[in-house]
Amino acid sequence: MLLKLAWRNLWRNKRRTLITLASIFFAVILSTFMVSLKEGFYKGMIDSMVGAFTGYAQIHATGYWADKTLENSFEFNDSLAYRLKNANGLSSYAPRVESFALAASSEITRGTMVVGIDPKKEMLHTDLQDRVIEGEYLQEKDQGALLGEALAKYLKVGVGDTLVLLGQGYHGASAAGKYPIKGIVKFGSPELSKQLVFLSLQATQKLFDVEGRLTNLILLPDQKSETDELVQSLQSSIGNGYEVMAWQELTPEIINMMETEKMEGYVFMFILYMVISFGIFATILMMMAERMHEFGVLVAVGMKRINLAMVMILEILSISILGAFLGMLGALPICLYFYYYPIKLGAELEEMVADYGMEAVLQASISPNIFIQQAIIVGLIGCAIAIYPLWKISRLDAINAMRS
Amino acid sequence: MKKNYVIEAENLSKIYAGVVPVKAVDEVNLQIQDNEFTAIVGPSGSGKSTLLNMIGGLDRPTSGTIKVNDILLNGMTDNQLINFRLHHIGFVFQSFNLIPVLTAKENAEFIMLLQKVPLQQREKRVMSLLKEVGLDDKLDSRPSQLSGGQQQRVAVARALASKPDFVLADEPTANLDSKSAFNLLDIMARLNQEEGITFIFSTHDQRVIDRARRVITLEDGKIVSDEIR
Ligand SMILES: Nc1ncnc2c1ncn2[C@@H]1O[C@H](COP(=O)(O)OP(=O)(O)O)[C@@H](O)[C@H]1O
Ligand SMILES: [Mg+2]
Repeated sequence: MLLKLAWRNLWRNKRRTLITLASIFFAVILSTFMVSLKEGFYKGMIDSMVGAFTGYAQIHATGYWADKTLENSFEFNDSLAYRLKNANGLSSYAPRVESFALAASSEITRGTMVVGIDPKKEMLHTDLQDRVIEGEYLQEKDQGALLGEALAKYLKVGVGDTLVLLGQGYHGASAAGKYPIKGIVKFGSPELSKQLVFLSLQATQKLFDVEGRLTNLILLPDQKSETDELVQSLQSSIGNGYEVMAWQELTPEIINMMETEKMEGYVFMFILYMVISFGIFATILMMMAERMHEFGVLVAVGMKRINLAMVMILEILSISILGAFLGMLGALPICLYFYYYPIKLGAELEEMVADYGMEAVLQASISPNIFIQQAIIVGLIGCAIAIYPLWKISRLDAINAMRS
Repeated sequence: MKKNYVIEAENLSKIYAGVVPVKAVDEVNLQIQDNEFTAIVGPSGSGKSTLLNMIGGLDRPTSGTIKVNDILLNGMTDNQLINFRLHHIGFVFQSFNLIPVLTAKENAEFIMLLQKVPLQQREKRVMSLLKEVGLDDKLDSRPSQLSGGQQQRVAVARALASKPDFVLADEPTANLDSKSAFNLLDIMARLNQEEGITFIFSTHDQRVIDRARRVITLEDGKIVSDEIR
């Protein structure tokens, strides 16, 4: 019966209810869409860094991340292999040797990061193979090199040319080698594109004189969402000689940006929701005011205040929930559209996002969490506003109310 | 032997505080028996509403006591009073008695719903009551589709539906034309005679006063006359 009362009252002033409903509807659409784009943006950033290069987590010798030299490399021994094999939640790992070297073509020289990979294992961790736009991917024990697109352009070299690498090897040994260029790799991130040179692991170890040693192990967790747990359990199982880091730590600039972005997003959402809160509140205020007499009669004839308050609360909740639900329904096709047809960013923005190492498209996210989150927020707003009639009705005086 | 009264007020006073305190009801002693058809009369501001509100447990006296069927209302909490009103007292107010979004039938049924009367009983009672007030053809009309007199008749049906000890009606005819007013009074009088319902109503309409069997006259919150005809 309370529900019936609430429902009929809601449609007593159709226009007002519809306006309130519409304001919730549009606010939810706007807010959902905004969050969806943001989440998509973060996912894009994470994917472009993590999926292209860093991996979800890494193991180094302790101290390597702070001081990235070959002196901080480690020996890949049986005991470590055994522990990794028995680690829970670890899907696979891939070895790397990373170090700096000068790359030279016939005319130009430039500082680069040489990355020695196991070509087969690397495929499980990054999409390097798919990024080869010219030439071929590396084979095991390959003697050739892959170059970032921007680096190749800068050095004015192409597939088939020869690249000379000069650097410093393990324990101060000098490192030098000549490598035919086997392929060119495209990266969304210009940082990666203008710095990276990939060699086979074997060739790299030989170049830097670090046979049997590695600088990084790239880790792939069973569940990407459980990366942190994996990192923690690995750190305790493999011991003090190693540092285990998740992608958040490996790419702190993404996290920093996400944090500031998120704060801005919250501020915007807060303002948006403040506006609809006041909208709902104003509606409730009017609804209460014009029904004071009726409330007085109801309490006079013996209706419990709590039941009366229930009617108001049901009205508020049904209008907020209905609005939120319709808003979600409205937002879904929009988010889906921009999920399947990501927005291409303009030149200005392209530069900005490229600084963060990502490609210049903005793809909406359709994670259900986003929709649920919006619904919960509107629900909470409804509950918060419902306090007002509860309070007002609890102190309602029947005689005074009837006089109005 | 002590006589049992439906309503018994002793030294009942209500003083509204203010710059000049108003003695709205002043030391009223009043007994009302079962089956009475009593009018409280007096000019506007004489304290009729205040007296009825205190009798009905809607307002608390400044001093004095009220008993309904020997139950003392004074000490009750707010919620106890609400519950007491629900089960013991029928109310008809001056106007806008009904819930606008409910039909005549639903309005008449409303108090029985609050009392948790089972559906079948409710249906039966609401039908017979609306028939008695002559509205069995308006069951599904909303209050806005009913005339003022019809609305008051639904209110009477609602008041009776709860099987109250008595019905309080504060100027039930004040907003009605005289034909509707007489019609309402006829219905109330018939219910009083045929079903033994106790009615206490306030009015300052002489034609309505003429229908009452007992007339209590208030002036400045005091009873100045109390006649049985
Ligand atoms: N809430 C109130 N506050 C102050 N004075 C009141 C209040 N209610 C009634 N009064 C005063 O009490 C007196 C009696 O009022 P009321 O019982 O409404 O009379 P009646 O119903 O006979 O017109 C009047 O003088 C009125 O002004
Ligand atoms: Mg009055």
